[in-house]
Amino acid sequence: MTRKEWLDDDAGPVVRPFALIGGRARSSGDDLDLIALITTTGANPRDRADISPEQAHILELAAETSSVADIASDLNLALGVVRVLLGDLQDQGLVRVRPPAQVAPLPSARILKEVINGLRAL
Amino acid sequence: MAFAPSDEPVALKILVAGGFGVGKTTLVGAISEIRPLRTEEVLSDRGVGVDDLDGVETKTTTTVAMDFGRITIREGLVVYLFGTPGQERFWFMWDELSYGALGAVVLADTRRLTDCFPSIDYFEQRGTPFIVAVNCFDGAERYEPDDVRIALDLDPDLPVLLCDVRRRASAKVVLVTLVEHALKTLTATQR
Ligand SMILES: Nc1nc2c(ncn2[C@@H]2O[C@H](COP(=O)(O)OP(=O)(O)O)[C@@H](O)[C@H]2O)c(=O)[nH]1
Ligand SMILES: [Mg+2]
Repeated sequence: MTRKEWLDDDAGPVVRPFALIGGRARSSGDDLDLIALITTTGANPRDRADISPEQAHILELAAETSSVADIASDLNLALGVVRVLLGDLQDQGLVRVRPPAQVAPLPSARILKEVINGLRAL
Repeated sequence: MAFAPSDEPVALKILVAGGFGVGKTTLVGAISEIRPLRTEEVLSDRGVGVDDLDGVETKTTTTVAMDFGRITIREGLVVYLFGTPGQERFWFMWDELSYGALGAVVLADTRRLTDCFPSIDYFEQRGTPFIVAVNCFDGAERYEPDDVRIALDLDPDLPVLLCDVRRRASAKVVLVTLVEHALKTLTATQR
């Protein structure tokens, strides 16, 4: 199952986002930061039927840690939809979320120096 | 989960702000792998009465494209660039975008200098480290960075530089200047 069966680059998602997330307005994923990092916990879904194809794709991407924005971009879905899908995965214990404040309350001087050198070397 | 905290992946966020047409999208594209990203804009029907007790407010959403780029410094250290949408109706996104941001590049065009005032005010108020990069358009009169600093009433230690965002080398200098400024701000507050 490739994403091409589900998504059409030109026409946008074939499945209407509203349908993807069951028309819900609120979700535990609503406040996920754009650069919050998502990693799979390694747990298996209790029932494969609970997982939509988009969520299965998210689990693949998050196997190696991915940000919310990267996931939205890779799935070609709008951020709000991705947040809902991620919230559900988090509720099911399938992904771990690290908000930026937890990742780097204030990035350390060491990290910033690394970024400066990295940018210069681009 | 045997990773020490320092081994955990780090994601950093840099914002690119400034008025419409100043070169935000061009800057992000010049320096990073640009990626498609869309967010929803809720166009709620406020006029249709305030009777939303049942929670079924009539809402229409449209999706808007955002500037989004990523620069991989090394495995486990990624810098994300986000363009802040210029128009006023997108203010709702700014708080979210600037939360936890390492810093911001405010792009300015000397022909329309006032366009960058809202961005400067915003980052000043939020305490987000920022620099001002004057994008030199062909045919626009050239000003010295200090003239721009005075015109914008900026702090003497706030970096102001001239750039051409179409050129990768120039875009690189802009980002390096910002991160150096963020580093200086960080070490100053830790003292
Ligand atoms: N001559 C010149 N044109 C530029 C420069 N930067 C951007 N442009 C052009 O100005 C237009 C607006 O730039 P864009 O990056 O889309 O602005 P944005 O609205 O801030 O994202 C585009 O057609 C760019 O090609 C520049 O430094 N010099
Ligand atoms: Mg643009």
